[in-house]
Amino acid sequence: MYNFWAIFGIWMAAFLTLAIFSFLYKDNPFYKLAEHLYVGTSAGYMLIYTYFLTIKPMLIDPITKQQQFFLFIPAFFGIIMLTRWFPKIAWLSRWSIAFTIGIGTGLAITGSIQGILIPQIKGTLIALHGWNWTTLNNLLIIIGVISTLTYFYFSKAHKGVIGKTAKIGITYIMIAFGASFGYTVMGRISLLIGRMYFLFHDWIPLIH
Amino acid sequence: MNIFERIEKIDRRIIFLLVAIAVLLPLIFKVRMEIPISEPVKKAFVSVDTLSSGTYILISVDYDPASMPELQPMYKTLLMQCFEKGLKPVMIVQWPLGLPLSIKAMSEMAVEYNRIASKEGKDTVVYGVDYCNIGYRPGGVAQIVGIGKEIRDYFESDYKGTPLDSLPMMKDIHNYDNFALLFCLEAGSMGEMYVQYANARFGIKIIFGMTAVSAPDAYPYLQSGQIIGLLGGLQGAAEYETLMKKPGFATMGMTAQSWVHVLIVLFILLGNIGYFIGRKKRRS
Repeated sequence: MYNFWAIFGIWMAAFLTLAIFSFLYKDNPFYKLAEHLYVGTSAGYMLIYTYFLTIKPMLIDPITKQQQFFLFIPAFFGIIMLTRWFPKIAWLSRWSIAFTIGIGTGLAITGSIQGILIPQIKGTLIALHGWNWTTLNNLLIIIGVISTLTYFYFSKAHKGVIGKTAKIGITYIMIAFGASFGYTVMGRISLLIGRMYFLFHDWIPLIH
Repeated sequence: MNIFERIEKIDRRIIFLLVAIAVLLPLIFKVRMEIPISEPVKKAFVSVDTLSSGTYILISVDYDPASMPELQPMYKTLLMQCFEKGLKPVMIVQWPLGLPLSIKAMSEMAVEYNRIASKEGKDTVVYGVDYCNIGYRPGGVAQIVGIGKEIRDYFESDYKGTPLDSLPMMKDIHNYDNFALLFCLEAGSMGEMYVQYANARFGIKIIFGMTAVSAPDAYPYLQSGQIIGLLGGLQGAAEYETLMKKPGFATMGMTAQSWVHVLIVLFILLGNIGYFIGRKKRRS
């Protein structure tokens, strides 16, 4: 049994879905209304989340309830980020940015080498023995990696062997783009199916 | 003006309408198609299915409503599999807007499982004992690395604010070592972060359930063995439902998906034929 607010929610969601879909016909005030509502509610939602799941439990509560006063240091760095709004003292924000970039770079370098570069090189060092489908697949992977890397090698003109290898590389890249585009179409259609299912199952129960 | 020239100049709104019809008809008339199972999905399913009862599995819910049609069916089916196998799923959320979705599906599946279990005389599942949701915390990469040492450094409580030590199932759970698997449901790049840090540094086995848009980027990880299974988009969800023998939204949606794909291929063919005929005519 649905209550009033559940029904109201379904009608509201249906109206907003149709308002967004109406853009497919042409731009109109209903679309604009839905778009602005989306941006506004998302921003409001994020604000509440940030306060109740970050600032309160990780800063205010530890300081007020557990007297963890060292947290004033990260709080200070967080606050001076906001000085970017005031040109005269905007330089202060660079301290926080430097801190963030330092951590980000450190994590990214270790992550990229340990988590991508080495395992991916290992994944390319694959056996080529016997005449079977696995060997053919492995061969395709090896050719793909070498030729694609050659395509991105710009220190020598793409002529002769390098030029031909680079052409194979670009073919691999195009196939990868095609696969990505195919998957993207599937993803977008899935979203449409989801909305259609909502409209004709939850709102107008035609789909059972 | 011949038919191909007309097709070349067709109003795009007619195409939108035809796509909408192609989606709607199979849904309304319940047209079903066979769902063939791909190797990456089978591997994912078997990896979860062969875990022994009582094993902990970490599920990272990293998507928002925009990716719900693709990832929510995967999540629901996975939860049902966990409950049926007696596994202990722990949900973690890296996208703030994913928290309501993770809670909603978790509650729905627990109710659904308990209804079936009660009928069949099996044990029901209880929040905090058999499953829990530790919610969202900011931190991203730093948090992923931090969980490798102690989960409580970032998650002192669950999504309701209940301290982790008050949840019976979480008392002895501290880091990735306590989980047999990490199942990442991804609409963005958090999955890659898990591979780079949780798998590379702490060795936890990872399975990806991804939106179709992100799925192609995950295949190199599958080939290199950094992930042990992959569910890509609605198709992946439908395959998982088929393996679970519980056809749901994804299975139903795949027929509509296939109809639209045929329609799109048809449009591409007609558009190109129209273009080339038009070009030939203009040249002559």
